[in-house]
Amino acid sequence: MLESEVLSQAFELGFTYTRSTGPIVGRFLTDLKNRKITGIKASDGRVIVPPMEFDPDTAEALSEFVGVGSEGEIVSWCWVARPRDAHPLDKPFAWAMIKLDGADVAMVHCVKAESQNDVATGARVRAVWADETFGMMTDIRWFELL
Amino acid sequence: MQKIAIVAYSQSQCVPQAGASNEVELIMPRLQEVYEQAGIRNAQDVDFVCSGSCDYLQGAAFAFVSGVDALGAVPPIKESHVEMDAAWALYESILKIRMGQAESALIYGFGKSSPGELPIVLSQQLDPYYLAPLWVDTVSLAAMQARLMLESGVISESDMAAVVARSRSNALNNPKAQLAAQVSVEELLREEEFVAPLRKHDCCPVSDGASAMIICTAEKAMEWGKPYALISGIDHRIETHNLGMRDLTDSPSTRTAALGAGADSGPIDVAELYAPFSHQEIILSRALGLGDETQINPSGGVLAGNLMMASGLSRIGEVFNRIISGDATRGIAHATSGPCLQHNLVAVIEGAA
Repeated sequence: MLESEVLSQAFELGFTYTRSTGPIVGRFLTDLKNRKITGIKASDGRVIVPPMEFDPDTAEALSEFVGVGSEGEIVSWCWVARPRDAHPLDKPFAWAMIKLDGADVAMVHCVKAESQNDVATGARVRAVWADETFGMMTDIRWFELL
Repeated sequence: MQKIAIVAYSQSQCVPQAGASNEVELIMPRLQEVYEQAGIRNAQDVDFVCSGSCDYLQGAAFAFVSGVDALGAVPPIKESHVEMDAAWALYESILKIRMGQAESALIYGFGKSSPGELPIVLSQQLDPYYLAPLWVDTVSLAAMQARLMLESGVISESDMAAVVARSRSNALNNPKAQLAAQVSVEELLREEEFVAPLRKHDCCPVSDGASAMIICTAEKAMEWGKPYALISGIDHRIETHNLGMRDLTDSPSTRTAALGAGADSGPIDVAELYAPFSHQEIILSRALGLGDETQINPSGGVLAGNLMMASGLSRIGEVFNRIISGDATRGIAHATSGPCLQHNLVAVIEGAA
């Protein structure tokens, strides 16, 4: 008699549905598709990038969009010496909190660099766009050091 | 507030891999142990049951429902679930009792994290448009938080290593711990960086397991005639999901929750803090204003073993154990959820006298 076969199946964890992103997130993502980065003004006038729908302090609905630069400054960062399979780069890279020019709030993205010695808080970076843009956060492929 | 009695608590051994044991098999021994401690037969003998778990760990929607198999839901029981650490299942149970809808409740939390790549699984719980598509993992977010603290001069790498050394040493007295050792700050600092500036030992390990607790009104506890401790206050607060808008070197939500729970109305002999990363224990101790009179994480804390979705409940259980044993008369327990200490719960636990 044959040994019983062990059944197995690959499983991929992910969001298997699409959603409408609404007028605020949707505006930001649509602008990304056009290679522009857009923030929004908070109740106290600070420019938040990426835009939030509601002010976290006052709960006010936000609506005043502001274009910001595609260059900025590293506020904090970490060095991924051994990237995980899911990570956007397969060579060592940095995650960073980046305050774009014209923004008051840092956003999280990855920074391509040869060595952690090249990266520093306060370093200037510039967005590198994907060859084809889809209206997703990954339209910014990574940031590069200036 | 109406004081709530804790009468039983049990936690499994923290293990890196529970092997072939499924979630129900992780939960059942914990339930048997708390039934025995409280002197009851099964879930039919409490008025309410609430669990905490995360479907992402099992990779299936409504996976938590299978956990109910550990209870036996027939004849029908009043049962609920939070997609959060079981510390929040405790919170829901306390509300249920305060509202007069129950006199007793069973709470359990469970997590089998080992089958997946936990930091990546947790990345999918972040903002679905701005963060999840980048697959930025939770260790990396904590590493950026640590750098903010290091570069602002609030802490040094030695301070972080000292937290780890104390955790490993305290864990030698905790038979349920996964990582325990006598290790010096100097030895720890010689280890290579993991996600710089974090070293591997600055991060809690991945552990499988479960914990369970039984609570009730003080009257019911006296009726059951078992030793008990009292939860005199509990509160939880959350900060914005936008990491860039938070002061990551502080935990204002922990401070607010502690005030709401009445933590400042007496001495704090012991504090069990849910700090998955070494620098976060320092953030929490400062936010809570803890001084030398308070023993912090005598169990070793979650740096010595981190049962996802149960570790928060276990912090409360650890303080309960120390009050029952007479090592402490009043303590606080803290639970956290979300990246970089986004959401925080504080409970104050006192002796029954």
